[in-house]
Amino acid sequence: MKLSNIFSRRNRILLRELVVTDFKLRYQGSVLGYLWSLLKPLFLFAIMYIVFGNFLRVGDAVEHFSVYLLLGVVFWSFFTEATSQGLASIVNHGELIRKINFPKYIIVVSGSLSALINLGLNLIIIMVFILINGVKIHFSALLFPLYTIELYIFALSLAFLLSASYVKFRDVSHIWEVLLQGAFYATPILYPITLVIKQAGHTAAQILMMNPVAQIIQDARYALVTHQTVRLEDLTSNIFIQAIPFAIVLSFAIFSGLYFKKHSSYFSENV
Amino acid sequence: MQEPDQPAVVVKNLSKTFKIPIDKSNGIKQSIVRFAKRKKGYRNFNVLEDISFEINKGEFFGIVGRNGSGKSTLLKLLAGIYTPDKGLVQVNGTLTPFIELGVGFNPELTAQENVYLNGALLGFSRDEVTKIYDEIVNFAELEDFMSEKLKNFSSGMQVRLAFSIAIRAQSDILLMDEVLAVGDADFQKKCFNVFRRLKKEGRTIVLVTHDMGNVEKFCDRVLVVDKGAILAVTTPSNAAAAYARLNIDDSKPTELNGLEEQPGRWGSGGIRIKSIAIKSAKKTVSPVFNFEDELQLTIELEKQKEFEHTPFDVGLAFINQDNVTVAGPNSSNEQLSADTNTITYTLSNSPLQPGDYSVTVVVIDRETNEPFDFYDRATSFHVISDKPAQGVVAVSGLWSAK
Repeated sequence: MKLSNIFSRRNRILLRELVVTDFKLRYQGSVLGYLWSLLKPLFLFAIMYIVFGNFLRVGDAVEHFSVYLLLGVVFWSFFTEATSQGLASIVNHGELIRKINFPKYIIVVSGSLSALINLGLNLIIIMVFILINGVKIHFSALLFPLYTIELYIFALSLAFLLSASYVKFRDVSHIWEVLLQGAFYATPILYPITLVIKQAGHTAAQILMMNPVAQIIQDARYALVTHQTVRLEDLTSNIFIQAIPFAIVLSFAIFSGLYFKKHSSYFSENV
Repeated sequence: MQEPDQPAVVVKNLSKTFKIPIDKSNGIKQSIVRFAKRKKGYRNFNVLEDISFEINKGEFFGIVGRNGSGKSTLLKLLAGIYTPDKGLVQVNGTLTPFIELGVGFNPELTAQENVYLNGALLGFSRDEVTKIYDEIVNFAELEDFMSEKLKNFSSGMQVRLAFSIAIRAQSDILLMDEVLAVGDADFQKKCFNVFRRLKKEGRTIVLVTHDMGNVEKFCDRVLVVDKGAILAVTTPSNAAAAYARLNIDDSKPTELNGLEEQPGRWGSGGIRIKSIAIKSAKKTVSPVFNFEDELQLTIELEKQKEFEHTPFDVGLAFINQDNVTVAGPNSSNEQLSADTNTITYTLSNSPLQPGDYSVTVVVIDRETNEPFDFYDRATSFHVISDKPAQGVVAVSGLWSAK
């Protein structure tokens, strides 16, 4: 996998076609078509906005809690979608891989790009809610895209690792499903991290925040929604502990890339 | 770009081994168990062993071999789909493989969308496809159906569309696997014309096939693969002969024992065909005949007790690859002895044109004309010739000039 090949003309054409096809197929046969990719999150947000804003008032201590919540949910759904789609992508395209030679990473990247498009659409809706709620936009909002990129890199790395191992071990999809379920509750998405500090202590909160997705969600909330968000750097002044989530992302990126590269030459035989 | 003096494809000491899993399912549990027991979860299967050959630029190169001989694996190695275990495959120039037509076709998309998708897999951008779109549609003769979803297409229509896109590939080298096996006669004719055109343009074409007719029609040189090794790289007619010999070597003569019902076989069963052997004058057992060779068909019969002395007749039908019965000799005027168990039919000065022939053998009751054993396409043989001619039969007329 030479770097120059990654963006070669042929590969760009193919990547684009795969993403477009995926998007077309998703809303095949529905009357509203692409509109659903906006309507679905809109309805989901409306429901959560009502439920958490009026009935389950877990986050009253945090200002703009509903928007705070939405951002977490949107980031988490992207993470779930990108990794789950990525996981199955190589096996699902087995027909193609057995018939024609092309760089396999294109398939994984195309799956993650579809999820990224959805994330973009969701973020547009979040902006609407931010305006409705009268959230004050800070300069820190400029950091927001960086956290999105970090999340994308992390999800893509996992997708590479999962897709390559799924070719060999079909258990991986079930394991990943269970892990995601567990991780959803281990990540401060529905509850504020202050709740963990109160109930389980400072160390427990620190450990939860080592999870890169938790770090990303909290940092993104801090950047975009409210400075009341508790981040890892608010829990510890140790710079090495603060660096752990980034180190995890980086090491996954390197390891997954190498693992995928090593196994991709044999996908056509094993898939 | 292609270097002018180099061969289009160089294959050197190529080997490929597949790991065939012993356990049925591939799960983590099995892996752990195997690891604990220090057992390999697979056995090695050598598909190709130490293969070397070259394909010249502009050559129409055939690869033939029986099922399981490794020819498709070889093609996939040439296409870069598989990675060689040992040795190397060197391709000079761009290469497009057609392991299957219509790769990436999605039944839920319209035909038009599929053209763009398949085009992308062949390396065309949207603009490039747009430029040649009309030509593709015209060639496939599908002008009225392009906005239909592909799932509503017949398989023939899909193949036509796929082939029309495929032949636009601008590569120096084209790899094709059995693409000619599809489509009706008219479309096949079109395909052949395209092949001739590509050949004239100096493209290198590699064709993997079972059809010796096509091999002899198009190929310059042919590689015969058997059991993972190269049997020969030779002329088309020699290759056809070698291929046909391969097909018979494992089962000579054709044993027809057992009462299992084959499709195309029926009759009262009082007398049954036990075996059929084909011989040429030169070789003992060979299904390959030179045009001028004598052809000898020996049929062994198995009779039930009450039919041991029943008068019977044997009829044959020679059917060519276009399903035409070329000749249908029978023994009704020959007064065959009713007591015999072996019948031989000798054909000299054979009027058969080069190609594949199937033989239908029928044993009937001479009195009632009821078939004892009607065996459709019981065996087959291949005729080769150095003097190709047109038509169904070869006639031996004399030319003279005044």
